[in-house]
Formats: sequence, structure tokens, C-alpha cells
Amino acid sequence: METLVMRAGGWLVVALLAFFALAYSADAGFAVHMGIVMLAALITLVVTLRGADYGAIARGVLRVPADQSKYDDDPIRWGVIATVFWGLAGFLAGLYIALQLAFPALNLGLEWTTFGRLRPLHTSAVIFAFGGNALIATSFYIVQRTCRARLAFPALARFVFWGYQLFIVLAATGYLLGITEAKEYAEPEWYVDLWLTVVWVSYLAVFVGTIVKRSEPHIYVANWFFLSFIITVAMLHLVNNLSLPVSFLGAKSYAAFSGVQDALTQWWYGHNAVGFFLTAGFLAMMYYFVPKQAERPVYSYRLSIIHFWSLIFLYIWAGPHHLHYTALPDWAQTLGMVFSVMLWMPSWGGMINGLMTLNGAWDKIRTDPIIRMMVMALAFYGMSTFEGPMMSIKSVNSLSHYTDWTIGHVHSGALGWNGMITFAALYYLTPRLWNRQRLYSLRMVNWHFWLATVGIVLYAASMWVAGIMQGLMWREYGSDGYLVYSFAEVVAAMFPMYVIRAAGGVLYLGGALIMAYNIAMTIAGNLRTEKPMTETPYNEAADRPLVPVAAE
Amino acid sequence: MNDYDTLRHFADSWGLVFMTIVFVVLVAWPFLPGSRERNNAAATMIFDEEHDDG
Ligand code: HEM
Ligand code: HEM
Repeated sequence: METLVMRAGGWLVVALLAFFALAYSADAGFAVHMGIVMLAALITLVVTLRGADYGAIARGVLRVPADQSKYDDDPIRWGVIATVFWGLAGFLAGLYIALQLAFPALNLGLEWTTFGRLRPLHTSAVIFAFGGNALIATSFYIVQRTCRARLAFPALARFVFWGYQLFIVLAATGYLLGITEAKEYAEPEWYVDLWLTVVWVSYLAVFVGTIVKRSEPHIYVANWFFLSFIITVAMLHLVNNLSLPVSFLGAKSYAAFSGVQDALTQWWYGHNAVGFFLTAGFLAMMYYFVPKQAERPVYSYRLSIIHFWSLIFLYIWAGPHHLHYTALPDWAQTLGMVFSVMLWMPSWGGMINGLMTLNGAWDKIRTDPIIRMMVMALAFYGMSTFEGPMMSIKSVNSLSHYTDWTIGHVHSGALGWNGMITFAALYYLTPRLWNRQRLYSLRMVNWHFWLATVGIVLYAASMWVAGIMQGLMWREYGSDGYLVYSFAEVVAAMFPMYVIRAAGGVLYLGGALIMAYNIAMTIAGNLRTEKPMTETPYNEAADRPLVPVAAE
Repeated sequence: MNDYDTLRHFADSWGLVFMTIVFVVLVAWPFLPGSRERNNAAATMIFDEEHDDG
């Protein structure tokens, strides 16, 4: 009872503090954010006061199986749902900004819906909300299974989930309101950064705590990748967001670095966000879910360890390839280029390791659409980690930089690798977490696979054409020594590619909608009656011993 | 020499040597004699029937 009063009192104090911060805020954006914080604290207060029923009600709504397994799976179930939800939101935002680039009227003439504000909304929604929730959920799932231990600090694990959602809401609303640090992929302002730090340290504590209390001597390689992802992101986040707020009751802050130092810090952050958030964390999913779904151990455990250490040692140095031909010292650019080219080898080692796990079970690509998604994800991992090193070569980058080629590279990695492996993981997890016999429909997974694949092909192919065309047009000199094309002419020339890209986005979003329906139906406990993906051919008449016929 | 030069020269001499050695040791680790069984055990650990839970 006393602890209940204490807890409720604590939330009330938080709500009051947020209220005063709202009342005395220096700008409107900060006031809106404090209002959101106050609301979140009040909701938590009500939930605390009304008692434990809420857990039971939520379990009823979410059809959580009554028999709670020996693992703590509730935050993972929420994470699966959150991943699907934010995925849809992020893809929709991506589709919308893709259409804005083709049809500028869609900016609607309102400051909140301009491309400049919706773009970070898209990137954060897909990377941090969709990808981040997928990473948190799968890491909690995998670490428990491979350590054979329940999550350490169950209350903290729940805080990580809800705290992360609050971070997402604050970040997303901030972009629409025009609150930004103007650092790509690190746009949220200082107070949101501080909140994320608290959440992230709690995440680290839950993860490491679970590893520490493991009952399995060896730490499976997937956990190495997850741990490196959590620690590195903490380090990147802290350093890149060092800044001084103008006022403690206002949104604006100034970075601790300036000029080229700031640029290098930003791209040290940016590239390693790619390397550890979008690569290491998702590789951890790959090293668990691919063997599990294929029902065979990873092709080479040794190779997976080489893969791990090589990524750790190389990625950190590759950031300068984002700053070719800038004020950054030449040696630093060359260093970034060399390390990027070296990254190609371990990346392909990892891809081969994943693909060869299917050795001897290749027929599963035909019969199991989830395996097919995993194979496609690995293929795109290989694709983008070949393209990336190529683009970091200075002479190639002088063509590709600032063009849509970069955008094509990003999305072959993001849609192909991160998206596909996450979809596969969601399909793997849902029936198991809700204790269902199987997914609602395997044929729908197949539909999702083809819609997503064709969507990616349209996206990547149109952006390659657009990017190379754009790069070549920009550098085209006439015989009189003047540039041949004006900027606006180049923009006009790209219109068809922009429309094709948007069409790719429609297909990709369509696939994700099918997934959302399939997962919702699986959670509801329905099974679709459908023709199985493969039939075993059997001809009873032919399956008989030859009958001896008496000679005439 | 100023701090920048000192650090930069350290980074591409002893710093580099140190990182390379650490890297080589870590990568050689799974190839130590007798590690084959350990690696196999680790790789198949996720299929342990007794504990298997999905
Ligand atoms: C329906 C699917 C998607 C569509 C239509 C889409 C569309 C777009 C568009 C139009 C841009 C802006 C490009 C520009 O400024 O010229 C963009 C940027 C970006 N998107 Fe997507 N996107 C989709 C899915 C995703 C996913 C799933 C991810 C990540 C997991 C992602 C990550 C990014 C990133 C990181 C950028 C910034 C790229 C840069 O600054 O170089 N997108 N997207
Ligand atoms: C060996 C691996 C990789 C290397 C060496 C590499 C290299 C590069 C290069 C050179 C650029 C263009 C920089 C510029 O001209 O501005 C770039 C951009 C980018 N890459 Fe990669 N890449 C790799 C893998 C990946 C993967 C797997 C993803 C994941 C999804 C990814 C996501 C991105 C993103 C988001 C950007 C855009 C950054 C921006 O906003 O400007 N990369 N990468």
C-alpha cells in the first residue's frame, strides 16, 4: 500500500513539474512537449492507482495465452505490435514524401507538412520506431532463449518499452513543430536526448543483467552483436549530442562542436548508426532466426566471430566517407575510404555465412516463404555492402554524392535488408509468442514477399537511374566552358523516376498492410483455410509392386 | 608539435600496431586447438531439445 502511494505520488510530482515547465516555457514547441510529458505522467498515475487489473485487461485484449511460459514475454508481444504499427506509419510517411518530391503541391502550403519536416519524421519513424522496436523486442526474446534465463529487472524492461515509445512520440511531434538539432538521424533536441539516454541505459541494464544471470555457459553470438549495438549506440548518442541548451525551459540548444569537427562527429555518429543500429543489431536477428527457421546450425560459428570482430574494428573508422571533398583533412578522407573498402570482406563473409546455413536445405526457399524473405534480406545485405564500399571510393563518390544514388543505396539496405529480416522475424515470433499452431496464412506471407521485392526493385532501380543521370547532368560542361544544365532542368528530368519510386513505395506499403492483417488474425487465433504451399506428389496407382503376369 | 600532430602520429604508429595485434588475437581465438567442439556446441546450443521453447 505504502509503495503504491509513493509511486502514485512520484508520478503526480512528475506531472506537476511538467505542468510548471509548460507554464514557464520559453517557446511554444517546448510547451507542447511538456504537455505531452504531463499527459504521459497522468496516464501512468491513473494506471498505477486503478491497480493491477490493467495488465489482465491488456492481456485479454491482446489474447495473450493464459499459460505464461518460463520466459518474460509480455514486453516482446507489445514490441511486435509496436513494430508493425510504426512500420506502417513510417512507410506511409516515406510514400508521402516520395509523392511530395514528384508533386510539390502535396506540401499543402502548411509549415507542418513541408518536405523538410516530414523527411526526418520518415527517417526516424522507420529507423528508430520500426527498427528500434524490432531490435528491442527481438533482443529480449533472443537473450532469454539463448541464456535460458528470464529477463533481469522485469519492471525496468517495461519501462524501456514505454519510455522508448514516449521518446518516439516526442521526436515525431518535435519534427512537425520544427524542433530540430539539424543533425541527421539525431534531430531530437537536448531534453529528448536526455530522456533517451535514461531509457537506453535501462535497456543496457536489462540486457546485461539477463546475460549475467544466464544458466548457459556460452554466450551465443547473437548476443554479442546485440551487446555491441547497445553499447555503441549509447556512446555515439552521448558524444554526438553534446550540446548546451539556450534555456532550461526552451527547446533550442547549440552543439558543443563547430565547423569540420562538428561535421566529423556527426558522420562518425551517422555511419556507426548505420553500422551498429542498422547492421550489427539486425545481424543478431539473422544469427538467431535464420538457423532457427532453417532448423540447422549456422554454417560456420568461427566465421560469425570473425565477422563480429571485423565489423567492430572496421566500422568505427569508415565515417569520413560521408565527407569526401570537404574541409576534412585529406588523410582522414582516405582513411575513411580505405576502411570502407575493407568492410566489404567481412560483410560478405557474414552474408555467405547466413546463406550457407541453408546448405542442404535449399528446397526450403521454394516451400517456406519466411526462409525466402531471409534469403532476400541477406542478398540485399550483400548488395548494399558491395555498393557502399564502391561509393566510398573518392572518384565514384564525386559522382554519387548529393544524388539519388545515395538514396537508392540507403533503401536497398533499409527496405531489402532491415525490412525483410524484420518481417521474417515478426512472422517467426507471432505464432510462438501467442501460442498459435501456425500463422493465419502462409500464402499471405508469400504475397508480402513478392510485393516487397518488386517494390524494392522499382525503388532501387529508379534511384540508380535518377542518381547517375543527376550526377552526370550536374557535371556536364559545354564547349563554351559553361555548365549545360541548370539545377531546375535536372529536377524536371527526374520526374519519371520519382513517380516510379513512389509506385515502389505503394507496393512495399501494400505488402506491409497484408502483414499487419496476417499478424492481427494470428493474434486473434484464426487460421485461414488455404491450399498448402506445397503438395507432396503421390500417385497411389503407380505406387504398387509389379504384379507378375503368367506367361501365356 | 601540437597536440593534434602528436595524437595523429600516435594513431598511425603505435595505436595502429596495438589495434592490429588485439584484432589478430581476437580473430585467432576461435581457431585455437580444441575449439572445434566448443564452436559446434555453441552453434547447436539453440536447438537443445530439452530446453527448446520455440
Ligand atoms: C514505403 C517505403 C519507403 C519509401 C517510399 C521511402 C521514401 C523515402 C524518400 C522519398 C526519402 C527522401 C529522399 C530524398 O531526400 O531525396 C527517404 C529517405 C530516407 N529513408 Fe525512406 N522510404 C521508405 C522506407 C524506408 C525504410 C524502411 C527505411 C529504413 C529502415 C528508410 C530509411 C530512409 C533513410 C535513412 C532516408 C534518408 C536518406 C539520406 O539522407 O541519404 N526508408 N525515404
Ligand atoms: C560495407 C558497408 C557500407 C559502406 C562502406 C557504405 C558506404 C556508404 C557511402 C559511401 C555512402 C554515401 C555517402 C555520401 O556520399 O554522402 C553511404 C550512405 C548511406 N548508407 Fe551506406 N554503406 C554500407 C552499408 C550500408 C548498409 C548495410 C546500410 C543500411 C541500411 C547503409 C545505410 C546508409 C545510409 C542511411 C546512408 C545515407 C547517409 C546520409 O544520410 O547521407 N549503408 N553509405
